[in-house]
Formats: sequence, structure tokens, C-alpha cells
Amino acid sequence: MIKIIVGRLLQLIPVLWIILTLTFFMIKVVPGGPFSAERQATPEVIAQLNAYYGLDKPVWRQYLGYLSKVVRFDFGPSYTYQSESVNEIIGRAFPISLQIGTLAFCIALVIGVTAGVIAAVNKNKLLDYLPMSISMLGICLPTFVLGPILALVFGLVLKLAPVSGWYGLNYVPLHPAVMPAITLGFFYAAYIARLTRGGMLDILNQDFIRTARAKGVPEHEIIFRHALRGGLLPVVAFLGPCFAGLISGSFVVEKVFNVPGLGQEFIKSVFNRDYPLILGTVVFFGALIVIFNLVSDVVQLLLDPRSRK
Amino acid sequence: MAVAPFAAPVPVQAESLERGSSLWRDGWLRLQQNRIALFGLWTFMLIGILCLGGPFFTGYSYESTEISLRASAPLERIVLKTEFRKVGEPRESYLALSSLEDEFLGQSPAERRAIIERVENGNEFREGNAAYRLSNQRHVFGTDPLGRDLLTRVLIGGRISLAVGFAATLVSIVIGVVWGAVAGFAGGKVDTVMMRFADILYALPFTVIVILLMVIFGRNFVLLFVAIGAVEWLNMSRIVRGQIIALKNQEFIEAAISLGLPTHRIIFRHLIPNVMGSIIIYTTLTVPNVMLLEAVLSFLGLGVQPPLSSWGVLIDEGSRTMETSLWLLFFPAVFFTLTLFSLNFLGDGLRDALDPKSSKD
Amino acid sequence: MNSEGAPQTGKIIRSLRSRQEQRRLGQAVKTVIGLIAVLFAGFLVWKFVRGAAADRSSYSLTLREANSNKILLMTVGSEPRTLDPQEAQGVTEHHIIMAMIEGLVAPSINDQATAVPGMADRWEHNDDYSVWTFHIGEDRKWSNGDPVTAEDFVFSYKRMLTASFGAQYAENLYILKGAEEYYKGKTRNFDDVGVKAIDEHNLRIELVGPTPYLLSLVQHDSWLPVNAKAILKFGHIDTRDTKWTHPGNYVANGPFIMKTWRPNDVIEVIRNPLYWDAANVKLNGINFYSIENANTAGRAFQAGQLHKTDQVSLDKVPYYRRVHPELIRIDPSEGVYFYRINISRKGLDNPKVRLALNLAIDRDGIVKNILREDQKPATGFTPPGMGDYTPLKKITYDPERARQLLAEAGYPKGKGFPKFTLHFNTSESHRAIAEAIQQMWKEELGIDVTLENQEWKVYLDTQNSMNYDISRSGWIGDFIDPVTFLSMWTTGNGNNNTHWANSKYDALIEQAARTGDPKARLDILHQAEELFLSEVPVVLIYWYTNTYLLRPAVQNWYPLVLGNHNYKYINLKDELERAK
Repeated sequence: MIKIIVGRLLQLIPVLWIILTLTFFMIKVVPGGPFSAERQATPEVIAQLNAYYGLDKPVWRQYLGYLSKVVRFDFGPSYTYQSESVNEIIGRAFPISLQIGTLAFCIALVIGVTAGVIAAVNKNKLLDYLPMSISMLGICLPTFVLGPILALVFGLVLKLAPVSGWYGLNYVPLHPAVMPAITLGFFYAAYIARLTRGGMLDILNQDFIRTARAKGVPEHEIIFRHALRGGLLPVVAFLGPCFAGLISGSFVVEKVFNVPGLGQEFIKSVFNRDYPLILGTVVFFGALIVIFNLVSDVVQLLLDPRSRK
Repeated sequence: MAVAPFAAPVPVQAESLERGSSLWRDGWLRLQQNRIALFGLWTFMLIGILCLGGPFFTGYSYESTEISLRASAPLERIVLKTEFRKVGEPRESYLALSSLEDEFLGQSPAERRAIIERVENGNEFREGNAAYRLSNQRHVFGTDPLGRDLLTRVLIGGRISLAVGFAATLVSIVIGVVWGAVAGFAGGKVDTVMMRFADILYALPFTVIVILLMVIFGRNFVLLFVAIGAVEWLNMSRIVRGQIIALKNQEFIEAAISLGLPTHRIIFRHLIPNVMGSIIIYTTLTVPNVMLLEAVLSFLGLGVQPPLSSWGVLIDEGSRTMETSLWLLFFPAVFFTLTLFSLNFLGDGLRDALDPKSSKD
Repeated sequence: MNSEGAPQTGKIIRSLRSRQEQRRLGQAVKTVIGLIAVLFAGFLVWKFVRGAAADRSSYSLTLREANSNKILLMTVGSEPRTLDPQEAQGVTEHHIIMAMIEGLVAPSINDQATAVPGMADRWEHNDDYSVWTFHIGEDRKWSNGDPVTAEDFVFSYKRMLTASFGAQYAENLYILKGAEEYYKGKTRNFDDVGVKAIDEHNLRIELVGPTPYLLSLVQHDSWLPVNAKAILKFGHIDTRDTKWTHPGNYVANGPFIMKTWRPNDVIEVIRNPLYWDAANVKLNGINFYSIENANTAGRAFQAGQLHKTDQVSLDKVPYYRRVHPELIRIDPSEGVYFYRINISRKGLDNPKVRLALNLAIDRDGIVKNILREDQKPATGFTPPGMGDYTPLKKITYDPERARQLLAEAGYPKGKGFPKFTLHFNTSESHRAIAEAIQQMWKEELGIDVTLENQEWKVYLDTQNSMNYDISRSGWIGDFIDPVTFLSMWTTGNGNNNTHWANSKYDALIEQAARTGDPKARLDILHQAEELFLSEVPVVLIYWYTNTYLLRPAVQNWYPLVLGNHNYKYINLKDELERAK
């Protein structure tokens, strides 16, 4: 087990390197640079700025220069937040996304698994259709629709949550992470509910369950002790990408609620061609995703001895 | 044929001894007994037909604008304004009855009300060189801010959304299942490399890839769903790999191997059908995801070009004006949701039908 | 766990062991799930408790508190990229910087074309407006205690014109004598540039030609002073992006100083006690919130969290105008919305065609039905409000004449007219207008254009590299003088981008730059614009308005065409308001 974990962590380095390299060369090919504006500056100025930020050197040189800084964990200055470095920007924006993401994750996991188990156990009855329909709604309603609706209802009408912003323009009972987390979490809860239901149904139909029932094992023990572990398998496989997706900040949610998280920063950086910020966030996210996939795989191994050789 | 764990207990009758029964045929029979799934199937087909053929029958164009009409409410009465000009044809334009008032803002509220009543009762009202009369234009779903019939636009939008949804999902299934199955079954170094490759692709900024592709190859609608499909397969492959890993150590696979079956046969004939349930569930989860992704892309300016539209674009536009014109959000959202609901019920039904272990006996 | 046939002994033992394993793992799983549930519950409780005990920091203000504390709460749009006046490029940045740094002169309370004393308490110019002398008031101070001197301005302009600094608006200072040569490295000595500190309190500015509008010009960011000590503490004169702009380091000479800067959230400024006119400053502070989305800002306004927004979403405008006209303000603004035409493309190279394209557009319809913010249909390029300059009325809505012109050009009813693409960047209003115009051209002229909506940077690239047929554009004036709208059309100008080149036009612009008599000068500019409009390498659409929500509690917020308000005049009346 430890060997596997360490092995995967070591693999992190080449993986990140590939991510970095691919992204670096891709964004160089995309048209548009960081210094173009509706009111064009003179060619001399643009040339000067390119020189200042090292963008006039041949691409290979730029790449190597960038690499040498990255190994020292220096991701460079930002072109849009002109007095901040990329490290600082990630440092202030990520904790916000993390709070929302973690809360959303908990919401998604708890609600999703519960709903899925209830649905599976009560298959084809009301307690199946109801949670599944609600979860379907969660998948179908885009976040950029659900978000404003929730903001409208809970912010403007009920005055429970802040209408906008992270630091709160007004005193309200709910923390600003709650509404974005619910909007985001609802979506993933729906996914997890369906996966759980599918997985549970798979297990519940197997012979060993039938045997256990025949032997008189009480229903809740069957569910929790015998079925759940196998039933959660598809969910566990999904957890890695799920958490990564949540943390990537669902740009839409952050934009709708005007939350200054890393997802929003990332998208803005792409549209502004802020190369260092793009690369910094991509590498950062890449590392997170790989780590969480690892966690997901480890949990899967723990839960399912069949997958061990 | 190896002993497969999914030998269906179909009653064997004399006549059908010649006809072997396959998994799929049994599945279809079972599906027909599932009412909700059938409902999903027929609803979906209905929507599909409406979207394909409907626009020809509404009598309105999805693209020609009538800007004076603006966003009128569903079934609101429309007023025809005819302006007589010194040179050339009289100019006709349409107004919603509720915005007729804006034409006469110079007059007192009482006078305005009188004018509106006149027109409402079917009479013509003339002022200067303009004549106002009720027309019999009706928009069942109302109009969008440029005065275009919403029903027609929703149906046209459906064509795009459905096309993108299915095409992209198809791309992602094909790639994802094969990838995940091979990785899961092969294990070891092959698995590691394949999954690390998937990890890398997953960490790549999707937006950048799509922008890049869009710019290099032009704003091609086909490219849109290739790009989406190329990203969606990653999750599918992880799920499939997970399931395959769990299955491959089971005895029926041991048996298949010891029988000397070639690897591809094992993967495609024995392993994949067993994870079919998860694949179908995940597919029916992918289609809405793809459609949503397309909406987000449109939201970012990378989706379909105007005046074409998709449900995602319509919903996005509608959600912006949610507080003033709720119908702009409501109708596309209902179609969108209904389609996804039916696809899901259908998917569930298919899953139950194809996986005999879930039979009710 | 299918077991076909009789289990073997070995298998029983293995399954037994795995049974134990299973139980342990089952416990592990239960523990994990339990932990997650507990964590979640704890998380929720913590969030709730935290919310309940939210620290009442200064930016958690209700409107009533803000009114009584005299803190103005407003949005400025997106997050400013920098607050260094020499690096700043946008309107957002300018409106924040203006609160903290005052230039030689400042905007008057209600007329954007008049200036009131800023750092200079008096000034004079020679007969042809080419040499100006500003007297810096003796009581003018920086927030770090230093007196403001003429040398500060010299330093600031030098910084602006230092090529290695890369100021994007360096061009703005080219009207200073010798500035362009210094920037391009032809002279090395900054003394050769036309700005001198005669003594501590007298600044002499020499320009390349008559500049009657200098007072408006020097209010722009590029002409604002910075404190040399504050800058040099963090680098050299040409070091970019230093931390000098952060709270605690920022040295201001204006009515306010920076208190906090939370990126993507708020910039708080508070009263500067060392400001020379601090006694007349009414507000105690301003909070600039960065909310990019108009809907979100609108909701925040409705929830009673803001005094002023910077925009109103299109669909809410009629609602406010009808139901709450006291809350919405629509001010004329110095900007023009137009489409650039790439006249090198076949078909678009004929001025008759271009005129036809212009005449076929029902601007009134667009303004009335799509925009609904009382924008004015553009009849010329330069909008009204540019001092004594009368806007031209050359472009109208005349579809008959348009068709005639098109036929004369060789494309009767649009037959044979090449297909073109209309580019614009992603925005709902750009798209709505483009779709409407696409239809108008189709119906009135029989011309088919395809619409292409591009992402911002790609769109800029397309436009700047002239890779387009017709491209949506906008232009906002920097100061009050028509030359800010007309100088861009000279041959080869970086902001021309249409391939339009007319030597007569260039000559007129240059002549205007040499004309000392303000009235004569405006006449020459008028002629230039006439010429421009007769060849019309653009499709004119409308002149901007500035639409925003403003609470009646805010006093002295007059409509100003550049939107540059002198914050020292703004006041908040402490009154009870109904929410919404």
C-alpha cells in the first residue's frame, strides 16, 4: 500500500511537467497577447512590454527560463494583477475555492449517497422516483440558472445569504460560502445519487445478498455492512474527478455569486492571456487532480479487496 | 461459449429453440414492461420530432427580427403599426399591447388609457401618419428581446442541443470505454501509462484547448462536439476501468482466460457487457453534462454562432432576464429538463432491462 | 462472489479470512463515513456560527450606517489592474485613482468642460496656447508630509516617457515638446523635453503646438503626478508592477488615501487629512466594489448594499424607468459605438457602398427597442459634449437613398455583392445589435452578412491585424476636445485599422494642431470630420450614454460626459430610505 502511494506521488513530477509543457506551448499558439487593448498602444510600447516580460525571446528560451523559476516554486508576475505575483494570487484565491469546494463536496457526498441508498433500497417505489427526479433536476438545471435563482430567493427575498461578494457587504446569518456550495453541491449530489443507486442495485441483486437475507440478517445490516462497500465503488471511482471539478471552482458559480475564487481567476487569465497566471493555476490544479485521483484510487483499493492482485 | 453470469432465465419453448435469445432481445422485451422508461422513450422521440420538423410549422422564422416587438409575453396581443411614408411603401411593424403606452408618453395617463382601450376593442387608432390596429399574431411562447418567436427558437435550439449532445457523447463513449477497459484489464505498466495520460489530459485547461481548436480550425459546429467529446471520455474511462479491475479477478474471467480466449474477445464479449449497466447510467449522465458544457461554452462565446441558438444559449439568455421576462427562461428550461428527464428514465429502463440480475423474480 | 460448484477447502479458509477482513474493512468504512458526516455537520455549524458572529468590519455596512458615517458605496466594474497612474489604462482605474491623486487641475462640480484648481492654484498661457505655466499652491501636500512641488510633475512625466518603463499611454504625452524624441531615444537628456520646474512652485509646459484643451488633457491619468520617494523606494524610475500601489505604501495628494485593497472585492479609501482642501471634502470614505456582472450589481443595489452601480442590465432599464425613475440615471457620455469597415476588401472599397450601409440602418429603432437607454443615434463620429464643437448631422436613416447608392455602385438590390462577416466580441448587446443590423441590411439592401462572435483577445487581434471585413468597435474620449475622436483616423494611425488613408485629412488635422485660435481650430476639425464622413470607412450606430443606478441620498452627482467626478464635492444625505 505504502509503496503504491509513494510510487504515485513520485509520478506526480513527470505528470506535472508534461502538463506544464503542453499548456505552455498551447497558449503560445493561441492568438492574441496580453498587451492588446481596444485602444492599441504604439508598436514601440508593445515591443518594450514584451521585452520587459521576456516575451520577445525565442519560445524555447522562454520555456526554459520559466521552468527554472517553477522548480523554485516561483510562478512569476501576473500581467493582469500588476502588483501581485502568481503565487500571491493563488494564495489568496485558492482558500476561497477550497472552502466552497469542500462544503459542496460534503453536501454532495452526504446527500448523494443517502439519496442513492434510499432510492436503491426502495426501488421503483415513490422513495425511488422522488429522490431520483430531484437529483435529475440538479443535473439538468445549469448552475448559471440555479445560482441566480437561489441568490434571488435567499439573498434578496429572505435576506439569509449575501447577495454578492465574499467578505459580505451586509450582516447576514449565512456564510457567503453556503449558497455557492449548495448550488455546486446540488449538481454533484445528483451525480453521486445516481451512481450510488446504480452501484447499490448491482450489489443488492447479487447472490450473496440473497444468501444473507435468507439467513435472516437484518435489512440495515445488509445495506450498511455488506452492500454499501461494493455499492459505493462507482462513486469512489468518481470521487477523484468530482473533487477536482469542485475545486476548479466551477467558474460559473464563482461568477454568479461574485466570489473571488481561483476558478474565476483562471478563466479570466485565459481570456486576458495572462500566461504566468494561466500556467500557475493549471499546474496547481493539475497537482490537486492527480493527488485526489490517487486518494480516490487508494480508497477504492481499501474498499474492494477484489481489485488487489 | 464460456459460462457467462448473465444467462437469462427465459422460458424455452419449442418454436424458439431455433431462435437463440440474445441479451438485447430480452432486454427489449423487458423494457416494454417498464412504463416509466417507455414514457421517457416516447417523450424523447416526441421532442426529437418536434425539433426536427416543428420549425416549419410554426409560421415564424427563428432568425428574422422584429425589434419593436421586443420580449412580449406568451399569447400577448400584438398591435400592428402601419406608418405611411411620403415615398414608398407604408412601413409595418409590430408592438406588444403592453408597450403601446410607450408610443404615447407625451400624453396624459387618461388619454393613453383611452387609446389602449380603443385598440384593444378591435378598433383602429390613427395619429399623425401612423395607424395602430390589433393583429392576429400570437406567440405561444412569447418572443425574445429581438421579437423572434420563442417557440420556433426553442425548437431550432433543440436541434443543435440534441445533435451536440449525442454526437459528443458517442465520441466520448467509444474512446472512454475502450480506453478504460484496456487499461483496467491490462493492468501494470500499461494501466499506469494510460491512466496517467488521462490524468494529464484532465488537468489541461479545457477552455484553452477549446479556444485553441476553435481558433485554428475556425468556428466549426462539428468541432464543438468533437472537442467536448474528447474531454468527456476521461471520466467514462475511469469508471469503466474501476469496474473492470473489480471484475477481472472473478472466476468467470479466469475461466475465459484458461479456455484460451483471445484478450480482445474477453474484453469486448465478457467484460464490457458486464459493466454495461454502469456505462449506460454514466452515458445518460454524460448527455446532460455535454449539453450543459455546450451551454457554458456559448456563455463564454465559443458555442454556436448567432442567429442559430441552442437550449443552453436560450437558457443562459433567459436567466439573465429572469426577473423581467420569465418565459424566456421557463420554456427552454422546460424542454431541456424534459429531454434530460426522459433520457434518464430511458437510461434507467435500459439498465434494468439489460441487467437480468435486477429482474423482479 | 459467485461460487459455482462445490467450494473447496482452501477457498473456505480464504473466504473466512476475508470475512474477518471484511468486518474490519466494514468498520473502517463506517468510521470514514461517520467522520465525513461529523466533519460536514461541524462545518455547517462553524459556517453558521461564523456568519452569526461576522465581524462588523468597516465594509459590512448597512446603507443607513454608510449614510451617517458618510461612506460612499459604489461599484466600478471589474477589478482594476493597477492603481499606478502611469501604468493605468482604463476608466475603472481612473475613477479610483482620481479619489487619491489630483492633477494640476481637477473637474468642476457640474461641467466636465470646466476645470477647477487642483495642485495648481493658478495658471496662465501664451496667446496661442502653446506655452502654459502652472503655479503649484504652497499648501499642497502629499500624504507622507512632503510638499507637492513642480519637480514631482517633471519626475512623473519623465517616468511616463521612459521607454524602458513601457507606459501604454506614453503617446498621450507626445504633445510635449521633445517628448517623442526623448521616448524614442533620439535625445538622452530629459531637459530637452518641454516640461520644466522653474522653481519649486512653478511648472512650465511647452507644447509642440497650440493646445487650447490642455486643461482637460492634464486631468487624464497619464498626466497625474506621483511621489518620487514612494516610487523609488521599490525600484528605479522604470521598474514596473511594484508594491508601491499597496495600502500603506500608496502616497496620495488627493481627497482620500487608500485604506485597504482586497482584490476582486473592495478598495476602501478614507479621508486624507493632509489634502489641501480637506475642509471642503464632505465624505469620510469611499468603498469601490468590483462587481463585474450587471445583474449581481443590480441585486446588491436592490438589497441596499450600494449607493451607486456603474451599469444597469439591459432588461431592467425599462422597469426602472417606469417604476423607479428616481433611482436610475442616464447621462450622455463621450463615446461612439460603430463598426469599422476594412476598405481594402472588394465591395467595401466603394464609398457609395459604405454610405449605403450606413443609410440602411434604423438607429432610432435600435436605440428605442434594443438599448432603451436614450442613447442618441450617431449622425457623426464625434459625439456632443465636446465643448463648443457642434456634432455633424451627416448620417441618417434613408433606406431609399441607400438602395439607390448601392445600385449606383453596381449592386442593384444587393445582387452580386460579396458575402461578408461581421465580427464582434462576446456580449449580449453586441449580439442583439448585430443581429438587428444583419436583418436590416438583408431586408433593405439584400446584403447577406454572417455574424461571428469572438472571444475578446481573438477579436482584438482580428481587428488590430486587419483580418476582418466589418468589426464592431467603440471609442471613448479621453478629454473634452474633438481631436480625441478625430486624430485616430490619420494615415497609419495605430487605432485606424481600416486602411483608410486620406492625405487631405491628415493635412487638416495637422493644420488644426498648429492653429492657435480656438474657434478657427474647431472649424478646421469640422472640415476634417466632414471629409471623413463623406468617405465613411465606418458604420455609425449610436453615441453612448452612461446608465447607472444611484440613490437619492447621494448629493452633487451631476451628469458629466466623461464620468469623471471630483469626489470632494460628493455628499451623502442622512435620510431614511425604503429598501429598493
